[in-house]
Amino acid sequence: MAHKTENPRAWLFVAPVLLLVAFNAFIPLMAVINYSVQESFGNNLFFWHGIGWFEQIMNSERFQATLLRQGFFTFIILAIELPLGVAIALTMPKKGFWVPVCLVLMALPLLVPWNVVGAMWNIFALPDLGLLGATLNGFGWEYNMTSDPFDAWFTMILMDVWHWTSLVVLLSYAGLVSIPDAFYQAARIDGASRLSVFRFIELPKMKHVLTIAVLLRFMDSFKIYTEPFVLTGGGPGNSTTLLSIDLVKIGLGQFDLGPAAAMSLIYFLIVLTFSWIFYTLMTKNDPM
Amino acid sequence: MARLTRYVPLLYILFLMLPIYWLVSMSFKTTNEILSGLTLWPQNFTLENYATIFTDSTWYMGYVNSITYVVLNTIISVAAALPAAYAFSRYRFLGDKHLFFWLLTNRMAPAAVFALPFFQLYSSVGLFDTHIAVALAHTLFNIPLAVWILEGFMRGVPTELDETAYVDGYSFPKFFVKIFVPTITAGIGVAAFFCFMFSWVELLLAKTLTAVDAKPIAATMTRTASTSGYQLGLLAAAGSLTLIPGAVVIYFVRNYIAKGFALGRV
Repeated sequence: MAHKTENPRAWLFVAPVLLLVAFNAFIPLMAVINYSVQESFGNNLFFWHGIGWFEQIMNSERFQATLLRQGFFTFIILAIELPLGVAIALTMPKKGFWVPVCLVLMALPLLVPWNVVGAMWNIFALPDLGLLGATLNGFGWEYNMTSDPFDAWFTMILMDVWHWTSLVVLLSYAGLVSIPDAFYQAARIDGASRLSVFRFIELPKMKHVLTIAVLLRFMDSFKIYTEPFVLTGGGPGNSTTLLSIDLVKIGLGQFDLGPAAAMSLIYFLIVLTFSWIFYTLMTKNDPM
Repeated sequence: MARLTRYVPLLYILFLMLPIYWLVSMSFKTTNEILSGLTLWPQNFTLENYATIFTDSTWYMGYVNSITYVVLNTIISVAAALPAAYAFSRYRFLGDKHLFFWLLTNRMAPAAVFALPFFQLYSSVGLFDTHIAVALAHTLFNIPLAVWILEGFMRGVPTELDETAYVDGYSFPKFFVKIFVPTITAGIGVAAFFCFMFSWVELLLAKTLTAVDAKPIAATMTRTASTSGYQLGLLAAAGSLTLIPGAVVIYFVRNYIAKGFALGRV
């Protein structure tokens, strides 16, 4: 482990990163904050509106419904992808010819552009022309993603599991192969069961990578836009309109900049709060 | 039981390959065949869809544009992240922990929120519709990730390495380039892989910041699909081609994925 020394000049090392991120994050964020407290009647005329938009958004049923939908989506995909990813990582071979083959094939969905993911699943799920849709209909389930909200949700979640479980697998696998063999040998001598090997050796060793996995999946599922938009367009009705889709509808579709900006700030704060709590809890005992 | 668990990864890979197979097989079908009903593999194998893409410059320039800004972004992100990650892994300084977390928060910023301000910002500095604009915009979420990954790898390198080098008379820049960077090649590989990946797959910002000269392939796809009717075969062919750069990159870093991941904290 590296021991750290006090060095105020370290700021110089961080400067390029700060400059780039500040340009990209700070200036646009200021613009969003600026919009969120003003009312506009077009022609670039703006008036001070205070916290009016925030009150309006917080009290709007539409926002509450979207937020609930988003929370539900994030909860379901975390509940499926984490256990599944860990299970697959545990059952993967640890060495030999098949390791790189497995890893390469599993990483493939991660590198598909997001709108191609949506288009691919759209084609795959067409009720009459797609493999998935035709198969489900063949089994007697009257499957139609464009008219039935349940089917749309089913497809959207299946698509996200297809897309992102591999990330959890790769991270957990990295955590698993870093465990020295001596740990397993000690467990065998002690006569530990498979379950306790998992509970007391593998899980603690994977804690760090799993923290990263949860944080990444949480943040990314909250800002998901392109894939569900290409897949379902937010429909049928509003049933699959997640936060970002609604935001783009309000901001770029109806050009209601004030409410859109206020909504995105609320949305940003929610993600920030959850991530901060989780990050603090998980790294509490770290020597960082 | 132990036998059965061996099939779990196999089944999972099968599940991953099905939609990809469907997309690729559709790209070799004629429009007639696609619309006339379900066929498991192409009956009248055709390369027409691919021919259209390779002969039309609005199509193939999309690929060139995408690859240009993705490579630019990977270079900028990793180059800027290297010294920062070194500082985080070696030094304590005022506000280091807060800064680290603040960097991470930028990954949470939804692209949908920033689309309009980004458009205004890059238009006002005269970079709209250039490759560098997209590359810079993507550093928003790639630099934090690169710093995070590289910091994990660097913290695994003992500080004795730095000290020995200084005793041997190396100056800091010489030590950094000649000794330190080569020892963490695996980490740089993994960081570059992730930067490439997230820049390649992102569309919303790339589409917002470009019009003609730097339009990414993914945007060409959506626009073509909507203007000239629903040409599923052509769409599938364009989609299949977007899989290739990803597959090539994974192939190159396959050993880093297997071994390199485990070295750092990631």
